Amino acid sequence: MQPYVMTVSPDFPPAQIAGWYIFNTWLQRQLGVPIHVSLFDDFASQRAVIQNDGIDLIYANPFDAAMLVREKGFTAIATPLHKSDEAIIAVAVDSPVQRIEDLTPGIRIAATDDPDVNLIAMIMLEPADLSAQNVQTHTVDTYVLVAKRLLQGQADVGFFLRDAFQTLSGMIQRQLRELIRSEIHVIRHVLLASPRLQEQHQQLRRLLPAMNTDLKGQGVLASMGLQGWEIQEQEDTEFMIDLMDTLVN
Amino acid sequence: MEDMTNKDVREPYTEHRLCYYDGNSRCVLVKDEETPFPEGKLIVSRTDLRGIITHCNQAFVEMSGYTEAELIGQPHYILRHPDMPKAIFKDAWETVARGEKWHGYVKNLCKDGRYYWVYATIILNVRAGNAVSCTSVRRKPSRTQVDACIAYYAQLKQAEV
Repeated sequence: MQPYVMTVSPDFPPAQIAGWYIFNTWLQRQLGVPIHVSLFDDFASQRAVIQNDGIDLIYANPFDAAMLVREKGFTAIATPLHKSDEAIIAVAVDSPVQRIEDLTPGIRIAATDDPDVNLIAMIMLEPADLSAQNVQTHTVDTYVLVAKRLLQGQADVGFFLRDAFQTLSGMIQRQLRELIRSEIHVIRHVLLASPRLQEQHQQLRRLLPAMNTDLKGQGVLASMGLQGWEIQEQEDTEFMIDLMDTLVN
Repeated sequence: MEDMTNKDVREPYTEHRLCYYDGNSRCVLVKDEETPFPEGKLIVSRTDLRGIITHCNQAFVEMSGYTEAELIGQPHYILRHPDMPKAIFKDAWETVARGEKWHGYVKNLCKDGRYYWVYATIILNVRAGNAVSCTSVRRKPSRTQVDACIAYYAQLKQAEV
């Protein structure tokens, strides 16, 4: 039997790579089907495989979830407990910028290629009349490199996923200052299953919410940096997609 | 919908009677006092296809000054500020009814008579090929754009008279 393929949005913290492999081992035992983990370094290469229907289970960021549900017929299974996608815009601690409205056209932005964070952060810049057309964005591979560009004076502001910002070392965090953080709450990563996995949908919905009720499951969750799963109804996902749609110009 | 009263709005205020598209009308009490948009937040609501509120998030509740129970089941025009031209809402509904996304700057009226400006986006929610509801998301607007709208909306209001 051809194994199913599971992947994770490339914006997950590198420290949790092992956790997803452990989760996969746990999942295969529970479902009794072969699953292969395939991780990607960037969004473009992952999307190319998705377009060729090469993915069956994906922990997707909300931006990609829209495409997967509406165009590829994926079904929402679960979202992580108490974990929404929020963005932080930060500056170097000694920056003269105190509020978003202090920023002016031409500013240099350091960012990763995380579509959700970049979307939310650009929305938070709108009150300063800033848009993709009048800023300079330099894209780097990791949030540590975003911080580095701020500390070296190569960027005026940096875009961070909230969780990534909070896992920066104390020394780096002390040299940065949070300008604004989003409080949107309803934009979240979601575990989606392909139509090929249809037979396993119900079992996944039964297994995942119960995962944090036993010691083994709790250990697996901890290695992924999650507290647990809660079931995501299809309408919840549709609503999140509608909301994302309002945010994309 | 009930008229606004001085139970909720402290003086000084001005009194206006608003007539809505569905034939209803309401007396509103308006203060010249702006409430700042909450940093980093989005105000989210859903209405049915007649514009009746079916869902609103906590930021919506906090900014409007109404309780969630007071909002659900009411027409979205419960937030209508008398400075808003009718043409803006007509354009919004016609755009959304065509299945297109509508963007615009809106001045909303709070329960206590104060106001707040938003940059609003409204889309039609389509399920299984059918339009079932509308989602509206409001975010913090650019002050430059708001200032431009204040002048433009005043012209449109003038033309309504």
